[in-house]
Amino acid sequence: MNTQSSAMPESFDTPKVAPRVMSETRPLYWSVRRELWENRSIYLAPLAAAGVYLLAYMVAVMRLQHKWRALSGVEMIRRHAIAEPYDVAAGLMMVTAMIVGAFYCLDALHGERRDRSILFWKSLPVSDVTTVLAKASIPLAVLPALTIAITLATQLLVLMMNSMALAASGQSVGAYWEQLSWFQMWAMLVYHLLTVHLLGHAPFYAWFLLVSAWARRAAFLWAVLPLIAIGFIEKIVFGTTYFARLLGHQLSGGAEAVSFPGQMPIDPMTHLTPGHFLLSPGLWLGLAVTAAFLFAAVQVRRNREPI
Amino acid sequence: MTVGTVPVIEARGLRKRFGSTVALDGVDLRVDEGRILGLIGPNGAGKSTALNAILGLIPYEGHLRVLGRDPWAERDVLMNDVCFISDVAVLPRWMLVSQALDFVAGVHPQFDRAKAEGFLSRTTIKRASKVRELSKGMVAQLHLALVMAIDARLLVLDEPTLGLDILYRKQFYDSLLNDYFDGRRTVVVTTHQVEELQHVLTDLMFIDRGRIVFGCSMDEIEARYVEVTVNPERVAAARALKPMHERQMLGRSIFLFAHVDRQQLAALGDVRTPGIADLFVAVLENAAGNPASVTRANHEGVVR
Repeated sequence: MNTQSSAMPESFDTPKVAPRVMSETRPLYWSVRRELWENRSIYLAPLAAAGVYLLAYMVAVMRLQHKWRALSGVEMIRRHAIAEPYDVAAGLMMVTAMIVGAFYCLDALHGERRDRSILFWKSLPVSDVTTVLAKASIPLAVLPALTIAITLATQLLVLMMNSMALAASGQSVGAYWEQLSWFQMWAMLVYHLLTVHLLGHAPFYAWFLLVSAWARRAAFLWAVLPLIAIGFIEKIVFGTTYFARLLGHQLSGGAEAVSFPGQMPIDPMTHLTPGHFLLSPGLWLGLAVTAAFLFAAVQVRRNREPI
Repeated sequence: MTVGTVPVIEARGLRKRFGSTVALDGVDLRVDEGRILGLIGPNGAGKSTALNAILGLIPYEGHLRVLGRDPWAERDVLMNDVCFISDVAVLPRWMLVSQALDFVAGVHPQFDRAKAEGFLSRTTIKRASKVRELSKGMVAQLHLALVMAIDARLLVLDEPTLGLDILYRKQFYDSLLNDYFDGRRTVVVTTHQVEELQHVLTDLMFIDRGRIVFGCSMDEIEARYVEVTVNPERVAAARALKPMHERQMLGRSIFLFAHVDRQQLAALGDVRTPGIADLFVAVLENAAGNPASVTRANHEGVVR
């Protein structure tokens, strides 16, 4: 067979260029940065939400300033009323991050095939594992960190506005600050973020990533419809709703994270049951499912060509 | 061969099936260091499949080693020493030129950023432009600048100039030859614009229906194949010498001979080295007419 293209190589004593030493995490670091370049909504959306909220809150504070005067000391003491603007800010940030994360994941491994840029990414010495981990780190690390930072900044600005409004209406700012239990508010926020938004939602983000690696089109439908279908089929065939309840349980972070003993105790911190949460099989099952989905996403990406 | 050298690409019995379609049907090939190999074939012949297997983009059956590694199992490691431009315009459209430089510099240990900047400064590409704002030719320039700044041992180009105008195409191959190729690196290129590659290549390979049907160095082609333009009165004499292929042009017959003495042929008419396209047509038509002796065809020459 004359199918060889081997016309005599000259000398092979070419000195091997030693590759520059590159740490293992460098490709991961740059892959995460590249995600932020491409998807600026990751930080712009929470920032915009915070901006809109602050603007609206400022208008509300100015409009209702006369009410501050009318507010009696007794009402001020009601913790829930006092903490409300801060809780709303935190909730808004978390919902925004959730929506951004979900849509990010659905597009993360789909967009690169749609615009054929996967051929460029794969021409570089970055493994599929690194790429998928970088993409998974957006909803599982970057967004939670951003949520905490932007929430803190927003809450500080709300605190400033409230303090100025109180001072302007001649009330004691000090008393107001005393009523606010910052540490407790923060502990609750971080705890909620970790148990519900990070650990509870991780399997969903991983599932979305897998679907986006696999689906040729309509990633959103492929991600959502099978879940609904399984719930329906279970209901029709067995008359049970385990799957739907499992999803609901996972979405709400699992009942193990908090307990509601019938009546509200004075300190809401006593609701938190981290030990119980850490020991719950649901948590570990969810993490195992997350790992399985991410592993599958790596395998699928390896095999996928542009669409 | 020097003892202990590893071929840049080595395939034996390389097969790939997509469903019931056989894209690669037992490909054997070997590419040594310092060659510029053109892989030529009709659409759907398996060129891109072969390159994708070599680049670790698809799984395959059979034996395949690139720089001594299994590309499917070790794509990421392999990409330290292998570069590829697969098709034009695969650079992400949202990316800034500066970000492309930053990213490749960030992840590629063999990337020389100053070199890439140097190549770019010869173009009109601005660092602050997004890829989507560049023309198709500029995207190709940018990609080539990135790739040429990588000190790789193997560069694979799959239709790198498709859809570019003739100026960009010429520039592309000129810079590749002048600024990149140093005799130590290896280049594998597929293209339909074969004539532009004639003087770039050192080796040529034809692929058809998933098989390598022809493989030869350009020096050998020059020594072995002769194209003769014969006036009508000499046609019978030319046919007697068993040409590989015959075609008509402007009332004269053009014959392609293999292994026939050049002096002898010069008596028949104008003699020259055949173009890649003509050789390709001749080899493929012979293969189609006599599939059993595909590889013999280019030695013995079967007319029509």
